Amino acid sequence: MTPRRAGGRRAPLLLAVPAAVTAGAVLLPLVYLALRAAGASREAWAILDARTARLVLDTGILVGSVVLMALLIGVPLAWLVTRTDLPGRVFWAVAAALPLVIPSYVAALALLGALGPRGLLQGILEGPLGVERLPEIYGLPGAVLALTLSTYPYVYLLAAAALREVDPALEEAARGLGRSRWGVFRRVTLPALRPSVAAGSLLVALYVLSDFGAVSLMQYPALTRAIYLQYEALFDRDPAAVLALVLVLLTALVLLGESRFRRRARYHRATATAARRPQVVALGRWRWPALAFCAAVVGAFLALPLAVLGWWTWEAIPLGRPIELAWRAALNSALASAVAAAIAVAAALPVVFLSARHPAWWTRLLERASFTANALPGIVIALALVFFGARYAGPLYQTLALLVFAYVVRFLPQALAASGSALRTVSPRYEEAARGLGRGQLAALWLVTAPLVRPGLLAGGALVFLSAMKELPATLLLRPIGFETLATEIWTATSIAAYSQAAPSAFLLIAISAPFVWLLVGRRGAELASPG
Amino acid sequence: MRKIVALGLLLALTGTLVAAATAAPRKDTTLVVYSGRAESFVKPMFDEFTRLTGINVQVRYGDSAALAATLLEEGTRTPADVFFAQDAGALGAVASKGRLAILPQGTLARVPARFRAPGKRWVATSARARVAAYNTNEVRPSELPSSIWGYTHPRWRGKVGLPPTNASFQAMVTAMRLRGGEDRTRDWLLAMKANDVKFYSGNTQILAALASGEIQVGLTNHYYLYQLKEQRPTVPVANHFLTGRDPGALVNIAGMGITTASSQKAAALRLVNFMLSQQAQRFFARSPGRAEYPLAARARPRPGLPPLTRIQGAGIRLGSLGPQLQRTLRLLSETGYTR
Repeated sequence: MTPRRAGGRRAPLLLAVPAAVTAGAVLLPLVYLALRAAGASREAWAILDARTARLVLDTGILVGSVVLMALLIGVPLAWLVTRTDLPGRVFWAVAAALPLVIPSYVAALALLGALGPRGLLQGILEGPLGVERLPEIYGLPGAVLALTLSTYPYVYLLAAAALREVDPALEEAARGLGRSRWGVFRRVTLPALRPSVAAGSLLVALYVLSDFGAVSLMQYPALTRAIYLQYEALFDRDPAAVLALVLVLLTALVLLGESRFRRRARYHRATATAARRPQVVALGRWRWPALAFCAAVVGAFLALPLAVLGWWTWEAIPLGRPIELAWRAALNSALASAVAAAIAVAAALPVVFLSARHPAWWTRLLERASFTANALPGIVIALALVFFGARYAGPLYQTLALLVFAYVVRFLPQALAASGSALRTVSPRYEEAARGLGRGQLAALWLVTAPLVRPGLLAGGALVFLSAMKELPATLLLRPIGFETLATEIWTATSIAAYSQAAPSAFLLIAISAPFVWLLVGRRGAELASPG
Repeated sequence: MRKIVALGLLLALTGTLVAAATAAPRKDTTLVVYSGRAESFVKPMFDEFTRLTGINVQVRYGDSAALAATLLEEGTRTPADVFFAQDAGALGAVASKGRLAILPQGTLARVPARFRAPGKRWVATSARARVAAYNTNEVRPSELPSSIWGYTHPRWRGKVGLPPTNASFQAMVTAMRLRGGEDRTRDWLLAMKANDVKFYSGNTQILAALASGEIQVGLTNHYYLYQLKEQRPTVPVANHFLTGRDPGALVNIAGMGITTASSQKAAALRLVNFMLSQQAQRFFARSPGRAEYPLAARARPRPGLPPLTRIQGAGIRLGSLGPQLQRTLRLLSETGYTR
């Protein structure tokens, strides 16, 4: 459904101006790349050859595989923790979101430690079973596994937020019309999930396009690895920029695909009763396979990496090395990430309101363009902000303010995706009704729509927060000197292979993130679980 | 909703306040260093320098290549006075764009000629050699070829690991090209691949794979072993040095340069000179977990290391490798090492 133009009015300046400013900020990395590419020599452009096509293909295969895995894991998980009487629902709801805070290079290191050719698992199997070789993990399998770990929470969190808001009346009506439970799920619930599943898949795809840590450790030939190679080997920014533009084109394709998929979604809730709770599905004997599924996911993607980190710490204990917890860094991480999350959600709102309520070519372009930067590797975004920051931000350069700005630029799309998919389930009719009662358009948005999209906003804030907690490339280049975060502490240790020292910071990262996740996604689950 | 907005505003306010506090102007004798060298390798020496001279040092730690790119993007506006890089390539890239100042002869002359920049804009502070590290449970040292060209033998099928994207490895391949020619190097790369060579993302991953027995021989830099032994003293890994003029014996460096934008060049030079002093050189060479080759002040390398005079690499000056790298990368890409 093409959302109705709100009374055919023009977009209010109070929305248009902040939206344009936000889009402008998010586009800085693209402007930077364009400047670099424009000044690039013919040799730099010569990097585009037949092998680049191969890189694009390999990157596409990786993106497709990870998106598929994330959907297969994220959607069922979301349904189980929001709609059923699954035992220990709140625990699963929080634990399943936590892999999001594990930096992907740590995830890849841990998976290699567990499943690598001479990893822990092989060691365990070798004794009793005589297993001498596990299936090869380097290459596509390892890259898919590590990236699935880092990304399925996007699909899961957005789908769960949507499931909490699906109007139970629709499902009840369909049930009343004689549909089976599966029929209701397929005909009513699934279509209602479409905007959020599309948004979640988009975030997964963008993450995979931008990731360097996992593809590097797993030796997978993705575009980002080729881009880093240009910096690492030649210290040359121009060919790297040319390759990054290829990545931008690939991103444009992904964005196009997502809007096509989404445009076919037609769903608005029928009533504005956000607080109504859907019926809880009794799992019956299906509870055991459901529990096994949750345990497998949380076990493989949270417990396993933690166990490997724990093992490395344990190994180091006989060496008498003190285990230090980096509380100061933890505070820094939490502060910078929380501020970035709040700003990102606030900045995303005008953009999504405009594109949902005043659909025109330019509002759509604003929204779409805001996504492109998210697919760029962190180093490109960091260098873009170095370029503009050192030139035009003078006294703010390398301060916390600029670091927070970098987080917002890098992760705004996550807030956009979450709040956008939530907003698209709210019919513009309520605002029209409020306006009919004499309220202005902004007041109508504020009083009627905002409360309805709150879960989406919270989910968006959670995504930005968790992503910023683990951000590394921009943090290293833009933080105030001496401003340690948990991500930089982990990097400091892993860069000299001191894994035992990386482990405590990684545990702290997860421990600090857990209450935020609970606050944002677990609490409503708890409400649902309590009687009444 | 209102609560969320209030919370957001409060957080934003706190953030701004903290930012304002951290942005306070720094004291006049504070040097800013961009360090591509890991904190644990160099921080004790920065602290020592401050203790001795009263000059504060603020260090931005990061990856050498990313910091080099940062220096180039910042241009004349860089807050950095000194660039401390992990390899010659990063220093050369910044120097070639005119971002590093010429160092006085007195500083350059502290190290042997092959460890200074051709254009005098940086000086090496320590060196490391390429080695074939091996698992001592699986390999007898006498079995190991003394030349890099020998590792294509079937004895090593599926047993050798190397880091194709690592700058030191690529410098070694450049040396092989210059020494043995384009064709011989291409044949070697293809023969290694046909012999099922294993790729790793970096030197530390190679050491880990050696320690676990995943591979038997790893082409890496010599000092990672000491770093690993510091963490896990009993690992069954040792270094096999390729000596003489074999390209497998390439020596790479860590080094320093002073930015042209620095307004405190005298203090910056004191820092560079301090890193070439006996105290700092001994620290790089002999302190626990460290085993780099010292280059100045007559400091001696850790016992057991062959003297640097026996490791000539291909007789190649590091500062001249830069222009060759593009072709090395193309060769590595064509032979399927980097793509």
